[in-house]
Amino acid sequence: MSEQPVTYSASAEVGAVRKRRSRLERIGLLLKSAPATAWFGMIVVFFYICVAIFADLLAPYGEAEIHAAAFAPWGDEFFFGTDQIGRDVLTRLIYGARNTMGIALATTILSFLIGGGLGLVAAINRRWLDQALSRFVDVLMAIPSLIFALMLLSIFGSTITSLIIIIAVLDSTRVFRLTRAVAVNVAVMDYVEAAKLRGEGLGWIMRREILPNIMPPLVAEFGLRFCFVFLTIAALSFLGVGIQPPTADWGSMVRANASLIQFAKYDMTAAITPLLPAAAIALLTVAVNFIVDWFLHKTSGLRE
Amino acid sequence: MNAVLSTILKRLGMGVATLFIVSAIIFSSISMLPGDFGETVLGQAATKETVTAFRKELGLDKPAPVRYFEWVGSVLQGDLGTSFSGRNASGQDRSRQVSDLVMPRLWNTLFLAGVTAVIAVPLALFLGLTAALYRNTAYDRIVNATTLTTISTPEFFVAYILILFLASLWPVFPSLANIDASTALGERLYRVALPSLTLTLVIVAHMMRMTRAAIINLLASPYIEMARLKGASRSQIILKHALPNAWAPIATVIAFNLAYLVVGVVVVEVVFVYPGIGQLMVDAVTSRDIPVVQACALIFAATYILLNLTADIIGIVTNPRLLHPR
Repeated sequence: MSEQPVTYSASAEVGAVRKRRSRLERIGLLLKSAPATAWFGMIVVFFYICVAIFADLLAPYGEAEIHAAAFAPWGDEFFFGTDQIGRDVLTRLIYGARNTMGIALATTILSFLIGGGLGLVAAINRRWLDQALSRFVDVLMAIPSLIFALMLLSIFGSTITSLIIIIAVLDSTRVFRLTRAVAVNVAVMDYVEAAKLRGEGLGWIMRREILPNIMPPLVAEFGLRFCFVFLTIAALSFLGVGIQPPTADWGSMVRANASLIQFAKYDMTAAITPLLPAAAIALLTVAVNFIVDWFLHKTSGLRE
Repeated sequence: MNAVLSTILKRLGMGVATLFIVSAIIFSSISMLPGDFGETVLGQAATKETVTAFRKELGLDKPAPVRYFEWVGSVLQGDLGTSFSGRNASGQDRSRQVSDLVMPRLWNTLFLAGVTAVIAVPLALFLGLTAALYRNTAYDRIVNATTLTTISTPEFFVAYILILFLASLWPVFPSLANIDASTALGERLYRVALPSLTLTLVIVAHMMRMTRAAIINLLASPYIEMARLKGASRSQIILKHALPNAWAPIATVIAFNLAYLVVGVVVVEVVFVYPGIGQLMVDAVTSRDIPVVQACALIFAATYILLNLTADIIGIVTNPRLLHPR
């Protein structure tokens, strides 16, 4: 081995062709730097998404298929037993992943479309529109959202559509606040002014000038709002006014099988059955929270 | 002192205004009900006369603003209207006054919330303060990880785990918290043990994290560093320099979480079959008993607004900058 003398040449460094990392490589590096909690979160979320997508293949029985034995114990035929009217618990857990997560995702996306869109408009148009929207949101936020949701559900009835719309509208108030707060700082920048003078329309300025600059806090907020919406829907379903049977859903599954907990002394597995869907909810929210924590840390945290 | 007084009056005015708008929203929700109201409540078999009489009783033949002010007037006098349940197509009326339904349950809920607050607030403040003082130590990390997990879990999960261990496997406490007016205080406390423990676990996590953040925020300010450089002892820094400025954030934290308690109480009451106002509301939503839902929503919203207002006012009153105007 020949010793290479350690030399440094500035011109060589400047002259060297720097290879730009491809997007895949950058993602790889990013993932490598992720802490264990974030990895845990990502694996859990990936697993949940797989279960939700391939529910039809994974589930041993049909979603609302009723078998002869109600409250059957855990075993080979029914892995986690059956529920109060003889439906396979494992099957309903798998379909519940699809239904509960799908509805929560749809709600969150809708609430971001409403809240984010209005927030951007309010940040650009700082006159009466901003005032009117902000005051209106203040009033809506003065009522606890679970209580408001309960009241509206009693009026419009507990269909999935009304559930999604009601929670999305109530939740969009929080999205509006955040979007407006971060977008106001960007909207006064010179390049936005330049775009306005160029004669660009409101839609262009929203999408092409402001949105790319406020993406990181919005993405983090999306994760947190998803958790919140997910927990709200689970709570409403648990209370019996959310997703209605026979649609499989984790919140209502907990409620339906709750009485089994009393038999913990005689059959521990039976007592755990109602806790399974609750644990599934908790695991997903913890996982998403871990990812959001890491993401916020990465993008030089907005909070803490 | 004038600055303090005028700010407080301004806040009070805003609070009252918010309450009025909220009541208007809650009121107008009744007219959004699709279809004919009378038929929905009394059923398809109701005769025309009964429906007309029912509509007249509700005042649906009058314009909405008139109805709203009549409603506000009667609510202010403690009359919350008449429940829909107990009515039927024949026109027989066995319905009850909403206030008779709500009042005893409201006390039960306040009792549960009060017991929880008495345990949770000092505990959370202690944990938050110590976590802020010994931040980045193992103690801080353990408390933080535990609370993050508790925050992310639904209330009913916590409740059922407690039932599994403390009521089913080792029957220390009852899993049903059924109390009535005649239950003695000691017995009451024993029966609400599990519901208040659940609520405590949930809100201590929130409150502790917020207290910690508020205190850490404060300890980073230059005047604390100055005091430290001056050689003041640790307890002196906390008591004399940090605490006077910390009252406002701490009050906000407490009020925010008591407000959160108002919402969390709904789910917990249903789990433990506790005869509180949250369960009443859920039952009323299921049976679409709109007057009861409205009354409950109004009470919840008013409590929520009132708590936030109190926090604001404590923040103003204890603000050193406002107390000593230049």
